[in-house]
Parts: sequence; C-alpha cells; structure tokens
Amino acid sequence: MTDLPEKLTCITGAGQSEVGRPSSRTALQLTADACLQAIADAGLKVSDIDGVATYPGKSAEGGGIAPVSPAEAAAVLGIDPRWILASGEGFSHMAPIFNAITAIACGLARHVVIFRTVAQATARLASRQSTLMAGERNARIEGNNAWTVPFNALSPINTFALYAQAYFDKYGATSEQLGAIAVNSRRNAAHNPNAIYRKPLSLEDYLASRVISSPLRLFDCDSHIDGSTAIVVSHRDAASDLRNPPLHIEAMGMAMGGLWVGKFAGDFTHLAADKAGAMLWSRTDLTPGDVDCAQIYDGFSIHVWLWLEALGMVGRGEAAAFVEGGRRIAIDGELPLNTGGGQLSAGRFHGYGHIHEATVQLWGRGGGRQVQDARTCLISNGGYGYGAMLLRRD
Amino acid sequence: MAPAPPPPPRKLPLLEPGSAFYWTSGAEGALRIQRCTACGTYQHPPFPHCAACGSEDVAPAAVSGKGRLATYTINYEPWIPGLPVPFVFGVVELAEQRELYVFTNVLAPVDQVRHGMAVAVTFEPHEDVWLPMFRPEDAPA
Repeated sequence: MTDLPEKLTCITGAGQSEVGRPSSRTALQLTADACLQAIADAGLKVSDIDGVATYPGKSAEGGGIAPVSPAEAAAVLGIDPRWILASGEGFSHMAPIFNAITAIACGLARHVVIFRTVAQATARLASRQSTLMAGERNARIEGNNAWTVPFNALSPINTFALYAQAYFDKYGATSEQLGAIAVNSRRNAAHNPNAIYRKPLSLEDYLASRVISSPLRLFDCDSHIDGSTAIVVSHRDAASDLRNPPLHIEAMGMAMGGLWVGKFAGDFTHLAADKAGAMLWSRTDLTPGDVDCAQIYDGFSIHVWLWLEALGMVGRGEAAAFVEGGRRIAIDGELPLNTGGGQLSAGRFHGYGHIHEATVQLWGRGGGRQVQDARTCLISNGGYGYGAMLLRRD
Repeated sequence: MAPAPPPPPRKLPLLEPGSAFYWTSGAEGALRIQRCTACGTYQHPPFPHCAACGSEDVAPAAVSGKGRLATYTINYEPWIPGLPVPFVFGVVELAEQRELYVFTNVLAPVDQVRHGMAVAVTFEPHEDVWLPMFRPEDAPA
C-alpha cells in the first residue's frame, strides 16, 4: 500500500491559539497565532510553507463560522503559496487535509499549513440567533434548510436528536449511557489548559441538566468559541530532519450522505460515515485493535456512538454499552477517548481540536491527560460529511 | 364555537421551481411526492431526474398521506422569542415506499408520541404555503 498518497505525507507541526468566549483577538490574529505556532513547532520557517488550506473558506453568513480565507491568511503570514484551497463541500471538515495530502503527493506543494478559525463566540454575543438555521429574520427559507426550518427545527441539535432517539428506540440505550461521553470529556478537559469547560461534571449533573431536544441535553452539545488551530502537513521526504518525529498519515477515509445533503437512506441509527470507516481500514494493515487512543467527532455526544460503530471500534448497537460507566474510554482505559475534552468541553473547532489533540498525544505533550506510550491515534470528523484519519508515530 | 387559534409563526419555505408543488399541494387537500413515470420510484426531496433509473420523466404524484413515525425529537428549547414549546419534530416514512421520508411536525401531545406510530397528513396554511403536518392516524382530522 506504499503508493497511497497519504503514505507519502506526515503531520510535522501543530499549533493552537488562545480559545476564548469571546477572545479579545481578531479572527485574523488568532489565525496567525495558530499558524505561526504550527510552523515553528515543525521547525520550519514561513518561507518553507508553499501551500495554505482551510475549512470551509470565508463565509458571508455572519455567524463567525468561517471568518478567514486562505488568501488572507497567506497574506498576513507572508506565505507565497504555490497551492491554495478552501473546501466546505463533500466530506467537509477534513477535505482541506485530504486535498493537501494529494497536492503534496502530486508534487504541487511540499509543506502545507492547514487552519481552522472560528469566531462564533463573538458573533453569538451580538445575536443568540447567529448559530440558528433560520437565516435573515423575515426571509423565506431556501435550499436544504427549507425541509426542516419551517417545522421549527431551528438548531442542528434537532436533526441529530432524530438519530439519538432512533438509536435509543432500536437498541434500548439510555441517558445514563450517553452521559458517559460528556462526563469523560469533562474529566479529560480538566488537564487541558486550553479547554473552555474544566469544572468537574458528574453523571448526576448530566442527568439533572435540561433537555434541549429529546433525548439530547445541554451537556450533549458542543459549544461556540473564538480560536484557531493549525497543522503543517509535509512530504515524507521533507519531514525526517525536522523538529518533531513525523506523524505518519497511515490511512484516510471519506464519505458523504445523510440528512444535510439530500435524500436519506437508513433507519437513523447509523451514519454514511460507515463508508469512511471501511475506506480507512482498507488502506492500512493496522486494525481497530491497534488503536492506542481516539479523537472522535462530538458536535453532539450521539456522534461519538455513531462514529465508534462507523469506524468498526465496536459493532452496530454496541457503543452505548461500551462507553457505559466510562472505564473503557478513560485515559487509562482500553480506548482513551477525546483526551483533550473533545468539542463538548474544549469547544467547537469542527474537528480540528481533535486533530490537534492527536498530535498532543502522539508527541507526548498531554501532561495529566497523556495516554501512556500512545503510538497510534484514530481521528474522525464531521456530522454531515465524514472524514477519518489514522495517525502513527514510529 | 370560538375560532381556532392562529397557527404559530414560522419561517416559510421559498417556493422554488423544483419543489413548490410540495408546499402547495395542500390547496387541493392531497400530499404530492415526486414520482418517476418510467420506473414508478418515489423520491423526496425532488430532483431533476430519477435517482433509481435516471429518467427525467419525473412529476408530482398524489400519495395517501399515511405513514409511520420513523423517528422524532421533542424540542424544549425556545430558540426564538414566541416559539411555542414543547413541540414534536419528526420523520415520517410514507406508506408508499420503504425509506421514503419527509420531515414534519407531529401534532400530538408530546407524551403520546411513539416510534413507529401510524400518522396521517394534515395541512397548516400560511400565505401561499400549506405545510404538510402529521397527526396520529386515529385522531380526528
């Protein structure tokens, strides 16, 4: 499998700005903070960087979901890019990473900085409605949102609650089992200085929290932040003499489908992410048993169950029992999960916090949340489009 | 008898060329779903051609308006001022075809909503739009 493009690339540096609710720094400043940190972490100079990519590209929606374009970042950082990309379509959050991998493998770039910047906390201060699906106040709803918003499904939680209820009904899963995800994330976040929620959360606290859209509760939801995260992806041949041990991109997988993108197939108890999981494992000799820790997408807690099953870490319908009580997913458990607090406790970076945390673990920077001898980390990303990566350190 | 209370305020769908029929079907009292004339497959949301056979010979067709509740959620959060809560947001699998789903509100007390319950369409008119809602099939129309 040595001809696969991801085998030719590695992650060589990572950075993360301050994370605020809100931050006093502008989105462009936060972007520069994260990118410069990642470039320096790799042991590179700005002039070494020849590619820039981001998810999803600058958006005019005004809610702070995408305030910085790759061209702006390049200009601010002083990068003279040969290759540049913004991508919000298809397999969504990881698309710029996968595209950077193929660009590097094709010789279009050598070192690509990839960032994700959000300014949703600042936008939310201006308007609580900034993160709702409804758009301008008196406008008619068009496109995909027209199928849900007229029925007052105004938040993404309403659509993902449909999966959670279907899963509960099919498998007899319980709130006590789902609560294990939020409790585990908060326990890990206590050791992550950049996490936004670090106060302990018990299962009793979780069960006492208000239901937002049944069966999902307040603590099943991730939270808006201001901040930026960046990584540097480099060609394997240019990575060996850099500052950090290269993190090999052992395999990647991608898929799309589901509620957001049109017709829905299935019974709402699994995601099209299943196909991303199958693709990932088809591109490596490693198996789920080789995974030392996992950073699994948690826009809402239910995503973690669906992704664990999609990635083959547990069988269909087994995720609820697997996480129950939290022992198996703790830092010293059989599958340490969302070791930096995930999005539930560390904030909504749309999966880029998960990627950053994977580098923390594999480079042994986890401090009180370090997984002992972590050599492989599985990462998944997305609730509408789906991406997954397996990282490996020699 | 007092007049029925006005329906709650809603964001209405834009009547777009490919999908307007779905929002206006209630004017004639029947739900319509796009169907392929060539192979008979229904599809929703509507598209310019049939995803099953590729034919462009697709057109709205009246359906029974009956189905079962495939999944649902009870929304408790008042996202915007004046939003009446709780309410049921759900997915109905229409009787005509497996996995033929529509999003909707289920007009039933929240403690009576169950996975798989039989439901039937009813329309809530607003301006030039008739929102297809569903009620328990055994409830009065």
